[in-house]
Amino acid sequence: MADPTDLSALMRLARQGDDAAYRRLLGHLSTWLRIVVRRGLVSAGRGTADCEDVVQEALLAMHLKRDTWDEAQPIEPWLRAIARYKLTDHLRRRGVHDHVDIDDHAGSLVATADPDAAATMDSQRLLASLPERQRRIVEEISIEGHRAAEVAARLGMSEGAVRVALHRALKSLAAFYRRDLS
Amino acid sequence: MKTENLVEALVADRSTSSRPMRGALAGALVVGAVASLAVFFAALGIRPDIAEALRTWRFDLKVVLVLVALVLAFSLCIALSRPVTSGRPAWRLLPLAVVALSAVAIELAILPSASWTTRLVGSNALVCLVAIPALAIAPLAAVLAILRAGAPASPALAGAAAGLLAAAAGSALYAFHCFDDSPLFVVTWYGLAAILVVAVGAAAGHRLLRW
Repeated sequence: MADPTDLSALMRLARQGDDAAYRRLLGHLSTWLRIVVRRGLVSAGRGTADCEDVVQEALLAMHLKRDTWDEAQPIEPWLRAIARYKLTDHLRRRGVHDHVDIDDHAGSLVATADPDAAATMDSQRLLASLPERQRRIVEEISIEGHRAAEVAARLGMSEGAVRVALHRALKSLAAFYRRDLS
Repeated sequence: MKTENLVEALVADRSTSSRPMRGALAGALVVGAVASLAVFFAALGIRPDIAEALRTWRFDLKVVLVLVALVLAFSLCIALSRPVTSGRPAWRLLPLAVVALSAVAIELAILPSASWTTRLVGSNALVCLVAIPALAIAPLAAVLAILRAGAPASPALAGAAAGLLAAAAGSALYAFHCFDDSPLFVVTWYGLAAILVVAVGAAAGHRLLRW
């Protein structure tokens, strides 16, 4: 592949089944999101304590809505639009109704420095509200680093059922972010 | 949960992919239209003089107008279901405006001005205002359900486009019941009925299409 920082190319590879490309893409996006979300929160006069929560919410949306990216278009405007939507939504839930613009200072989507990669407060709480089995599957895969096939064997489920449960859990997490956070 | 952990969960979920929006939306529209077709035959039915009507240019133009609205609203729905829209999506409706205004202009040119009012008021105006929204309910519900898989930049606008698509579907059925074929009637009353459905769609979209 040509350029390891070409995000459109990474997403195309991910669509073709390349997990490593997808992991690299999401890594770039996490770093970039941290920068723009932090700036957005500061310029809206908010503290940056919930920065990582917004980053995770945006990342989750980019994942769940990845089919809405049209491959004929560059991916950057699509990524910025999702980041802006999620940041605006987050601020609105906290009573800030200002216009949020992340385009001006976003610069390159591939950032070099990673300001902060703290764990989040909300995701832990949201994870706890999932049904027991879904929570366990998410934890085994994300925190313990097991593969879906291994988790399936441990829990005595089929791999397909594990994937379905994981997908449901991720959709629930996205919905929790939308609804439950005050 | 740290973000790097979340990334692992997302990578594991990479292979799940939803159906392409275009096909899913077309399928939903068909399902909604079939439900409305049942309502149509139960409550309205095809006008008895359909064979003669099919041979008149006014009836044919009415059907063309409704089908143009259907096709354009469909493409508008797809465009507005995304976080970024290229260009100005509303311009997609320009051909509909051109066909509608041309039809009205032709009608005004060939009809004596004394009969304009009769044609405009028609015989079924109130039925039209009730029937089109009623026939649009099922398509609207089906289309909104599919659009929830999208990520519209504006949920209200996407809902409005869904309303227009549903109104076009309802109109396509109603056109075969309605005796009023004059473009003056069709543009006015079908248009008003569509605005009602668009408003309902926008309100529903604002609530249901957030993501």
